Formats: sequence, C-alpha cells, structure tokens
Amino acid sequence: MSEVRVENLSKSYGSACALDAVSLRFPDGGFFGLLGPSGSGKTTLLRAIAGFVEPDAGQVLICDRPVVDVPVEAREIGMVFQNYALFPNMSVSENVAFGLRVRRVPTVEAKARVAEVLELVQLGPLGDRRPHELSGGQRQRVAMARAIVTRPSVLLLDEPLSALDKALRVDMQIELKRIQREVGITTIFVTHDQEEALTLSDRIGILKGGRLIREGRPEEVYSDPGDVFTARFLGEANVLEGRAVDGALELAGGTRVARPADGATMIAVRPEHLSVSRDRPEIASALRADLRQRIFAGAMGTCVLHWEGQQLKAVARHEEFADLPESGPVWISWCDRHARGLRAE
Amino acid sequence: MAEAGHLARTDRLRAAGLLAPAYLWLTVAVFLPLSAMAFFSIITDVPFGDTEWRVTAENYAAFLESPTYARLLWKSVLLGVKVTALCVLIGFPCAWVLAKMIRGRSREALFLLVILPFWSNSLVRIFSWAIVLRGNGVLDKAVNAVWPWNVEVNLLFSEWAIVIGLVHSYLPYVILTAYLALQAIDDSLIEAARSLGAKWWTILWRVVLPLSSSGLIAGAVLVFVPVVGSFMEPRILGGRMGTYYGTVIEDQFVAVFNWPLGAALSFILLAVVLAILAVSAPVLRKART
Repeated sequence: MSEVRVENLSKSYGSACALDAVSLRFPDGGFFGLLGPSGSGKTTLLRAIAGFVEPDAGQVLICDRPVVDVPVEAREIGMVFQNYALFPNMSVSENVAFGLRVRRVPTVEAKARVAEVLELVQLGPLGDRRPHELSGGQRQRVAMARAIVTRPSVLLLDEPLSALDKALRVDMQIELKRIQREVGITTIFVTHDQEEALTLSDRIGILKGGRLIREGRPEEVYSDPGDVFTARFLGEANVLEGRAVDGALELAGGTRVARPADGATMIAVRPEHLSVSRDRPEIASALRADLRQRIFAGAMGTCVLHWEGQQLKAVARHEEFADLPESGPVWISWCDRHARGLRAE
Repeated sequence: MAEAGHLARTDRLRAAGLLAPAYLWLTVAVFLPLSAMAFFSIITDVPFGDTEWRVTAENYAAFLESPTYARLLWKSVLLGVKVTALCVLIGFPCAWVLAKMIRGRSREALFLLVILPFWSNSLVRIFSWAIVLRGNGVLDKAVNAVWPWNVEVNLLFSEWAIVIGLVHSYLPYVILTAYLALQAIDDSLIEAARSLGAKWWTILWRVVLPLSSSGLIAGAVLVFVPVVGSFMEPRILGGRMGTYYGTVIEDQFVAVFNWPLGAALSFILLAVVLAILAVSAPVLRKART
C-alpha cells in the first residue's frame, strides 16, 4: 500500500501564495498528472512531497506515514528531474547504482538489480557509457532507471519530457507508461502540457494560483470540466454565456437553448462537438454565425467563427468541411448532451 | 590534397600572426629574465663593472655541499603543504557558502571581503598581523578581555604567525577557484543525490568533490608554488624562527650580494616544485575521476 496523500498543504513565498490548502489523494499504483499553467504551484506541490520544499502548514503522508518532518534522503522517494540531473562523473551503471550503494546493498545484488532495471528501460548494453555520450531519450531512461532501482514508495517526475523534441516525446510517453505499469509504482508527475497529462495519467489534478480546482479521471475532466478555467485550459472550449429564462438558457441575440441540469448559466461546447452547416439544422441549439476562416489540416479542418462579438472554433471532418463556403454566414449547432454547464470562477 | 595543404599553411600563418604578441610578451617578460638568471647561476661573480668572472658549476655544488640548503628547502616545502592544506580546508567551505547558500546582494558584499586582501599592500598586511599577534598586541588584549584569568598570547616570531599570515594572503585564490568550480555544479545534482537517499557527507565525497576537484587543485597549486618560495612573511612574522629557503635566496640578492648563488638556489627551487607537481599529477588526476 503506497498511497500518497497531502492534507491542507500551504506554502507561500513572501506575499506570493504557491500552495493554498491543497488536499489530494494519489492512489496506490496510479499515474497521477499534476497540470497547471506556470506559477500554479504544481512544481511546489511535487517538491513538497519530495521534501525539498517545507510547507508552512499541512501534512504529507506517504504510505500513511507523516513525512513533513522527515528529510528528503529518508523519504524513500524516486525522482526524475527536468534536466535528468545525471552525475556526470559516473557511468550509466554507477549512476543507477548510486542509490543502492548509499543503502549498502551488497555488490552482487546491486549489480543484478542495476542490470535488471537497465534491461527494463532498454539500455542493457550502455552501462559503461558516460551521461554526456547519451542522447536525450537515453538520458531520460537512465534517470528513470536510477529513480526506480531503489524500489521507492513513490516516483516523482518533474516535467520529465519537456527537454525532448516532439517526436521523441511521444515515444517516451508510451515508454514511461509501460515502465510505470510494469513496476506498478505510485507515480506523480508535473507537466504544463495538457496533451501529455491526458495521455499518461490515470487521474489528473488541475491547479491554478496554488489551489486545486479539479481532480478526476482524464476523460471525466475533459468531457465535464466544471468551470471556465478548466474548460479552457484542458483542450479548447467554446464558452457561451446566457441568462436563465423559463427553464431555458437565453444566449446573446435571443436564441434559447436547453439549460444544463445543474442550472448553470454558462455552457462549454468542445470544438469537435460544434457542427457547422450551410443550412439550418433540425436541432434546437443552433446559432447563426459568421465563418471567418477555414483552415485545412488533412483529415480534420478547423473553422474560425464569429458570433455576437465572440470568437468560436469548430473542428469538422473532411466531408463536412469541404462542403462549407470560404467565409460568410453559416449555422452552428450542437447536441444538448455535449453542452456542459460551467461554474464561473 | 594540395588544396588542403595550402589551406593548412594559410591557417598556420594566421595562427602565428595572432599568437605573435603573446609569444613576444612571454619572451620579454618570462624567457629573457629567466635566461639572465640561468646565466647568472653558472658564473662565479656578477658581470657588472670590471669584475672577473668565468663559467662554473660551483653554485649548484654549494647546494649539495651544505646540508643547510636542503634542510631549509624541506622546511619550506612542509610550510607550503601546511598552508595549502589550511587554505583548502578553510576556502572550500567558504566557497560552498558563497556558491550555494547565499544569493543576491549579500553575496556581492562577501565577495568584496574575500578579494579585499588583494587590494592592500602585502607589507601593510604583514605588519598588521605583527601588531595583532605580538605579545600585548591586539589578540592578546582581546583574549584577556574575555578570559577569566590572565594569559599571555604571543604568537609573533613563531611558525604559527607565518602560517597565519600566508593563509590570509593566499586564501582568496582557493576561494575564487573553488567558487567557480562549485558554481558550475547544478543544484539538481545535489537534490538528485538527496532523493536517492544520500547523506551530506556522501554527497560531498561522491558528487561535489569529484566535480569540483579541478578547481580545488588549480587553487592549491596557485597557493603552494608561491608559498614554498615566500620570504616576506617568514622574515617579518617569523623573526629568528623565520629562516626559510625563500629568505636565504633573498639574502643572496639583497644582503650578501651573491647573485650567482641566489640564482642557482632559485633554479633548484623551480626544479623541485616542478618535480613535486609532476609526481602528484597522476594522483590528482585520479582523484578527479
């Protein structure tokens, strides 16, 4: 059981509040993504769990053990740093063996475990290389191997893929996920890349201004963001505001659409759920908008629209897209089940 | 091939042109004085005025004939080792604090304090130490002001006084070179070592020292070489105790006016220092990896 919990964790630097009473549970064996814009406190949260940041208030529990007063070196964590932080004066094997040597694991056993973990990250034959002789992806793997060889209770990843180029990053995402599944270790990672968070995580937490504003499974959070910030931050969203009239929602311009069940006066429609057509569709939730730009991008195309002084975006499949005019008045519509109610911030 | 050869030739010419001022400077400032000294060291008398002189090896033979010179050289080397060791032991922690624990303006202020000894005249510095260390001096008075019973603190004219004066003069070299080396170590390396369970001494021994050893060694060499040949500090702070190899060389030039012997002794010192560095180089290189 290696669940990690933080309870009412607060930290401020001078007058700037980095963490504001954050409580969160990181389930055992899960892959948890902490997502947020820069300055949202996600890195501070990760570093507080690691022990590099001493919180002003609150508690961190690793396997039900309170660790706020435990120094980093006694917390039994594994951490992968943004720049990998491999020791340049040691070979790959020595880097990986470092944590084992510190724990006085017998040489024979240490050797076997280093070989095993290098095999796991597919770096078997490169044990004698120096870090500067490796590519970015290989360094990333060494950093992973070094962090997990000591069998820590929790693995912390600080923007682990941000130093890699795009193509390599996608490969490493798959690789990270595979390694994490094979080892089954509770993993918490920090990223500002929402796509990466959605791909890798079992659960994600979204932070803003030091507060946790949403937590849940990626699909759940994506399809029902709950508030304006999350809707805009996690993917793109068209946010439409209206006022409640007779159980319906009256949008600007007087069009009435179905009101979400929770009684919100703001709705979000994802670009992929917004249909664009020349003729008026037979759904009630339809608006007259002005098509400003059509951007062709292979299988899908993007439409940039203007409606009541607001810019909207729609993504359409090729056949639907080809049918549209270059610009001019069109109809946009959506199924009511795709319109999600939002709380204002 | 011919093309490449031609290119290489113009490159060489350009390189020679660019290096010429440096070589000229080395010739004027290093090679010529050293040659003059080498010449002095193999003649019988200074070739000034109408003195008679001839080429001889007597000056070098003098070093071997009297055991005093070798004994004093050994004493100077030991002094060099002591002062270098103290400079490293004090300078490295100072550099660590400057590089890793202090940020912003207070770092600049501390840097100024570190470099300050460089800005004061060395004679003034040494005489100040004499005033501090002598009996009934500043140190004596300060100690007696807090100590419950009367003690006499007189460090002047002892080896301690010489070591203190030298350490004070040469400490900035070690602090600055170690600071540069430590500055180059990424903080995340230390954090990574901590996250892997390493205590501070393991981090120091396995990560920080190996990565900063080149800077430390450079600083140690910068201290050791001049200390072995030092003569001002031993003379003023050592008094009767302060006869070292460096003071003997100085005597030959200033007091006895036996330049040939002084030159010969200087070259023997140069050879011994180079030999020590050559012998310790493999050991030090090994320490770096």
